[in-house]
Amino acid sequence: MAVDFRIDPYLVPALDGVAYGLLVFVAAAGLVLCFGVAGILNLAHGTLYAIGGYTAAALLDGGWPSLLLALAVGVVAATAAGALVAGLLTRVAARSHLTQALLTFGVALVGGSLLVGAFGPDDPPVRVPAALDGSVAVAGHRYAAYRLVFIVVAGVLAVLLHLAVRRTRAGMLVRAAVDDAEMVAVLGVNPAWIRVGVLAAAGALAGAAGVLGAPIIGPGPDTADAVLLLSLVVVVLGGLGSMTGTLLAALAVGQIQTLGVALVPSAAPFLLFAAMAVVLAVRARGLATARRAS
Amino acid sequence: MRDEAVRALRRVVAAIVLAGLVLAPWAVDDYTAALLARTLALGLVGVSVALLTGVAGLPTLGQTAPYAAGAYASAVVGSRLSDVGVAHLAVAAVAGAALAAATVPLVVSARGVIVLMITLAVGELAVIVAGRWRSVTGGTDGLAGVPPVRPLWGLPVLATDRARYLYVLVVVAVLVGAVLLILRTRAGLLLRARRDDEARLRASGHRVPAQVAAVHVAAGAVAGAAGSLLVVAQQFVSPADFGFDTSALLLLGVVVGGAASIGGALVGAVIVIAARDWLFGVLPGHAPLVLGLAFVVTVYLLPGETHRSGLRSRLLPGSPARPAGAGTERPEPTGVRA
Amino acid sequence: MTPLLSARGVTVRYGALAALDGVDLRVEYGQRHALIGPNGAGKTTLLDVLAGATRAGAGHVSLAGRDVTRLGPAARARRGVGRIHQRPAVWSTLTATENVVVAALPHVVRPGRWRPGARRPAAERAAGAWLDRVGLREVAAVPAGQLAHGQRRQLEIAMALAGRPRLLLLDEPAAGLSAVEVGRLVEFLRVLPRAVAVLLVEHRLDLVYALCDQVSVLRDGRTVATGTPAEIRASGEVRQAYAEGMP
Repeated sequence: MAVDFRIDPYLVPALDGVAYGLLVFVAAAGLVLCFGVAGILNLAHGTLYAIGGYTAAALLDGGWPSLLLALAVGVVAATAAGALVAGLLTRVAARSHLTQALLTFGVALVGGSLLVGAFGPDDPPVRVPAALDGSVAVAGHRYAAYRLVFIVVAGVLAVLLHLAVRRTRAGMLVRAAVDDAEMVAVLGVNPAWIRVGVLAAAGALAGAAGVLGAPIIGPGPDTADAVLLLSLVVVVLGGLGSMTGTLLAALAVGQIQTLGVALVPSAAPFLLFAAMAVVLAVRARGLATARRAS
Repeated sequence: MRDEAVRALRRVVAAIVLAGLVLAPWAVDDYTAALLARTLALGLVGVSVALLTGVAGLPTLGQTAPYAAGAYASAVVGSRLSDVGVAHLAVAAVAGAALAAATVPLVVSARGVIVLMITLAVGELAVIVAGRWRSVTGGTDGLAGVPPVRPLWGLPVLATDRARYLYVLVVVAVLVGAVLLILRTRAGLLLRARRDDEARLRASGHRVPAQVAAVHVAAGAVAGAAGSLLVVAQQFVSPADFGFDTSALLLLGVVVGGAASIGGALVGAVIVIAARDWLFGVLPGHAPLVLGLAFVVTVYLLPGETHRSGLRSRLLPGSPARPAGAGTERPEPTGVRA
Repeated sequence: MTPLLSARGVTVRYGALAALDGVDLRVEYGQRHALIGPNGAGKTTLLDVLAGATRAGAGHVSLAGRDVTRLGPAARARRGVGRIHQRPAVWSTLTATENVVVAALPHVVRPGRWRPGARRPAAERAAGAWLDRVGLREVAAVPAGQLAHGQRRQLEIAMALAGRPRLLLLDEPAAGLSAVEVGRLVEFLRVLPRAVAVLLVEHRLDLVYALCDQVSVLRDGRTVATGTPAEIRASGEVRQAYAEGMP
């Protein structure tokens, strides 16, 4: 019996938007952590994602073991890179956050240059595991299998993150530090270890996102910049320290970048900009009336 | 002791660079003159960065947005309406100011590193818009073939690279002078006071958001004017001129030159941009690597600003890791802790 | 008669902790009013609310009969509220003169009108006069960051007064001052014209009794007593409040 598979112009982009949004969330979660806990603006954050992506390009060969290997290697490599950034920041830890941002930018330049030097100036292809390299039927429409599975996996990751932040002692420390970093210092936790911890965690998250998300936002010379920008937008929109807010913001950004682009092709950057403007203005007004209304 | 040495070094270097800039037209060839003109235009953008970052205490990575607005406005006017340089400057400054005014609501309530994040995003988005808005900006190809300008009505067209460089030099000198003069007035006092203790400024009755908006718009106008100079120097404009790399380089240059000093920022920005151009010429494949290493090394070598009036303590209100405006009920910290 | 300042039911909560729990306070025009109480009673928090630096979760604040609860510190300062902080808040890279000039600006320049006093030399002369009155003439050109603690306290007073306030909020002004400086401060407050009312948070009861017409006692975020110094001194509440506030 012939079944008519239509390509719905809205369902597919909407699903894509969920996948994209979840990917951006996992990628940005590390940035939220760095910023909220240690006040570090890590401009090399995109590079951590790119490390994961390039690892995927190098190691994925269509089989499941290669995926697991790529995930392991990518996470370890990105975590190590994050810890390295933390080490570099120790020398300038006592100085302004502006100089820290500049330092991480230098690291991003070096990292990006090394990656492009090793992999060439083009976007390397990424081979999805053969079992997922096709489409499935979703509500009468065709949709890429990998993305569907990715949505599930990323969703699980998001839930795990939420539980980790809410239920574990490390998570409690993180939330306490977001509220009041001085208090955490008083508790006797060495700030240098906090730096290493958050940057390593950020690396792990970004690296995992880079590996798993490589078929969606793939590695290339521009990837680091793009991921950094998206992460920043999402972190700002999400309230600068709230995981839930970041998740919502990421999902919204995902929809703007996919469904928004499908609906109004050339307006995506305007939409992002407008979204930022609206959210920031509303939040500023909310802050203003909550604290003062002069 | 080390601070003293660094200050002396800065002054010597600044003197050399400024002397070089003035003597350049007679000493270099046409190609270098054009390159220097573009570098000087970027130096003026550095001045606008310093105005926000050092003087006002509002660090920014987004001045490329008004710079781009000014450049594209100037190119459009130059291609279709007029070839008078001063008119371009005016239009470009207005375009830059307008863009800054449009983005003010995004940054007016934020402080410190958050401003860095927001301005970075704004700058990047502006570049993306420039790349997509084909009808106005020519998309990623940009706008080329902008006819050379004449400085004022009745004057001859600037036909050589040397003449264009002189024009850029004069305009930059005039604008920097104007900024320095304005900073000597009450406006400069207010900016410094806000940087020292914003809550105290509010407690005295000042409308701080309006002041913050004003300095953003002023910096946008300066950056916009610099965009006009870019078009004069290159006769074309494309999104590649406004990458995020440029913002970061300018910020580094400004910090190196002593952010609170306008002249120092100009010199610092010029040096950093010139160094980048030299590196790209000498090591075409490896320039980003070397540049990145240079960034890291430079940051390590920068003198630590430990006194209160430096960039350090005015970057974040309150404790170093508390994001401003995180929604807490606490009053804004001043020198006040009950 | 309408009081100059009226706070009714002011409540400030930080989570489950109530820093202020339904505070009532009245300050009359020209009054010298002291706010005393043990540490942690909420005195500085109350000053924050009155100055507009903290928003009360509940309650109202009125200035000269008009509700200012929703207004922030800048708007209240423009309506005549001046503030001296526990740790003197001055602009460290500006000179003493420049500090006073900037502090006076919003009260001199009215939008749409250019008053003669707004011009630079006149503004500096006026600032110089204020510095004279607080005894800082010699350090007029010194950056405020280089002044001693006592001098910065004096500077902040000059800055607050240059704003022509109707109500001056002082948070432990004698803290960290030498005996001589305290004497000068007391004298200064004593000769302050009655056009300026004073609300003073102070631990030193000798100053309070010497200077003030009215005393309110704050404990655990509530006003437990208010009256003249004699009444308060005689009442058991003060002793009890301080006794229970002591470790």
